[in-house]
Amino acid sequence: MGVKHCTVPFAGTKEQHEKLLAVIAELKDQKGALMPIMQKAQEIYGYLPIEVQSIISNELNVPLEKIYGIATFYSQFALNPKGKYQISVCLGTACYVKGSGDILLKLKELLNISDGECTPDGKFSLDCCRCVGACGLAPVMMINGDVYGKITPDDVEEILAKYE
Amino acid sequence: MDKVNIKINGIPLEVPAGITILEAAKMAHIDIPTLCFLKEINEIGACRICVVEVKGARSLVASCVYPVSDGMEIRTDSPKILASRKKTLELILSDHDRKCLSCVRSGHCELQKLCKDLGIDDETIYAGERNHYEPDDSSPHMVRDNNKCILCRRCSAVCDHVQGIGVIGANERGFKTNIGCAFDMDLGETSCVSCGQCIAVCPTGALYEKDYTNEVFAAINDPDKYVIVQTAPAVRAALGEAFGLPIGTNVQGKMVAALRRLGFDKVFDTDFAADLTIMEEAHELIDRLQSGGTLPLITSCSPGWIKFCEHYYPDLLDNLSSCKSPQQMFGAVTKTYYAKKMGLDPKNIVMVSVMPCTAKKFEITRDHQNAAGVPDVDIAITTRELARMIERVGINFLALPDEEFDDPLGRSTGAAVIFGATGGVMEAALRTAVETLTGEELPDPVFSEVRGTAGIKTATYNVAGMDINVAVASGLGNARKLLDEIKEGNSPYHFIEIMACPGGCVNGGGQPQQPASVRNSVDIRALRAKALYDQDTAMKIRKSHENPAVRQLYEEFLEAPGSHVAHEILHTSYVKRAVNPY
Repeated sequence: MGVKHCTVPFAGTKEQHEKLLAVIAELKDQKGALMPIMQKAQEIYGYLPIEVQSIISNELNVPLEKIYGIATFYSQFALNPKGKYQISVCLGTACYVKGSGDILLKLKELLNISDGECTPDGKFSLDCCRCVGACGLAPVMMINGDVYGKITPDDVEEILAKYE
Repeated sequence: MDKVNIKINGIPLEVPAGITILEAAKMAHIDIPTLCFLKEINEIGACRICVVEVKGARSLVASCVYPVSDGMEIRTDSPKILASRKKTLELILSDHDRKCLSCVRSGHCELQKLCKDLGIDDETIYAGERNHYEPDDSSPHMVRDNNKCILCRRCSAVCDHVQGIGVIGANERGFKTNIGCAFDMDLGETSCVSCGQCIAVCPTGALYEKDYTNEVFAAINDPDKYVIVQTAPAVRAALGEAFGLPIGTNVQGKMVAALRRLGFDKVFDTDFAADLTIMEEAHELIDRLQSGGTLPLITSCSPGWIKFCEHYYPDLLDNLSSCKSPQQMFGAVTKTYYAKKMGLDPKNIVMVSVMPCTAKKFEITRDHQNAAGVPDVDIAITTRELARMIERVGINFLALPDEEFDDPLGRSTGAAVIFGATGGVMEAALRTAVETLTGEELPDPVFSEVRGTAGIKTATYNVAGMDINVAVASGLGNARKLLDEIKEGNSPYHFIEIMACPGGCVNGGGQPQQPASVRNSVDIRALRAKALYDQDTAMKIRKSHENPAVRQLYEEFLEAPGSHVAHEILHTSYVKRAVNPY
């Protein structure tokens, strides 16, 4: 095991840090302040890496594990930043039976990251989603706004190349 | 108190309003099975083992958290209930590592007992996808094996709510839910203090101490090694439970006999070093009182508490007594004074300690715990491991005669044996400090204000014209309250005793595990403590400074409490640690 480090090095700025401290100072005495603080922290940084969760833990005297437990329970919280190009693969029923699982495997292999993660250069992030409402095009994957339908694993490399 | 009338399985019953169905059923002599429920610690109604039928309720209800109300009609034994409990268990088993034969908890596992009681006849009925986890053995004292975890959350509840630490908790959700540390850190990388309270409350074999019984057997069977054992005060108050004796049975005599039969060369008593600790700590207290040193002075016997202080209150390290714990003092004296006296090479001595504590396994690895140039203590085992050793070689524990500890390091006083209960160190220190300060004999050595299982106890004693304010805390959540006062500069106390485990060492993380069914109905802390206080009362010598072997040790070797040589051998230092890695 060992600390599950983020694939992308942390690059928080002084401004972000000060903004977060201000949010914590404003909310810390309210009951149930942890969730809103985590939400604001994610707005500020885009995600909640160990560096950010540790700031919250230290300032609130709340165990880091409690924050991590919440961050991994709710899908709205991300432990990794989003890439310049956000890939999402539909694993809804229609896409899945049409082989989107293999598309996902191919993407993981080519990008060398797992779903939910971002490539170390910050270029591509990979997520799964459930039904984008284009079942007729199954299997479907999206990169930022672009929709790619009826694709096979062999098409993936070529599609990614468009975003180089 | 308001009463309500209810019916349980058709039997009318008058019970106090506001109690749970589980408690009401107990009054009707019905033990509803539970799994996640731990009174006042984990009351989350999550596991659904304790479900019962309430007339008019839409579905089965969790009796552990469901309060009774007037006119309520409850069934605890219908086929629907039994089927539901059985199915819940079958589903738990579907994602459970069922290697029961080699499991450390085999024979006294709460899950295993439920399976037997509730008639599980096919543990693979819902066999399907399973989670597989790498056991975490990164910390010096324990192993976490999530493959045996049933997600009851008793461990995380005791860690967070009782100890105020919270390094383990539930991560992820749904099928992927697992108990772990933040960012999947190893436990050894966190601010875990090694108290082992999580092990004490775990119903299965998911959490267990690192077992060193094989290492002890190997040492005993090595002809070149001189193997000396010391036993902490609290061990004698709980070891009998592993052999079916009632909670609170003092088995000191049988324990000594068993250790001798296991083959230890000398069977000594940590109590001797407890007396020695008092000599040093009382001297330190008087010195700080008279010379304006850092106050309050806080005891340093509990290594879980020490690590907690280092992580969470690093600014208060100067308040800690510099005394090593009795375990370490014992090892230090054995490998210096005793080795010299007996013509033994300290390198050939294997010092084994039997402790009610898992943090002692961490403590022996600390720096500055090697008075003779070798570790003061080589192997620290828990009460549970000693019971395992006794069982393994087939010693009929219950049939053993009562035997005495060896001389001279087996001699101790009533002051030492009460170290195992919260308030015991305080009382022992007061017995010596008061007589030293007044120069007069105490008419009664009992300081009843610092006894009992309350989380925080306080008292003021007028000694030689000076009011001495003392406080005792057990359980680290309670300790926080006293420590925050010191931090804020308004602590009225001169002397504070802190023990990491609630109730002190008798309830240590290394003691025989009592199932939740017992923990929820009796106070094991009070029962075990009573065994120690009774022993104190029955002893002729009840003050540490009157221990003849301790006096001899000072005359022949240590000179006087607080002397230079005493500092070299018996005192230590602490380090500042962080809570989080960032």
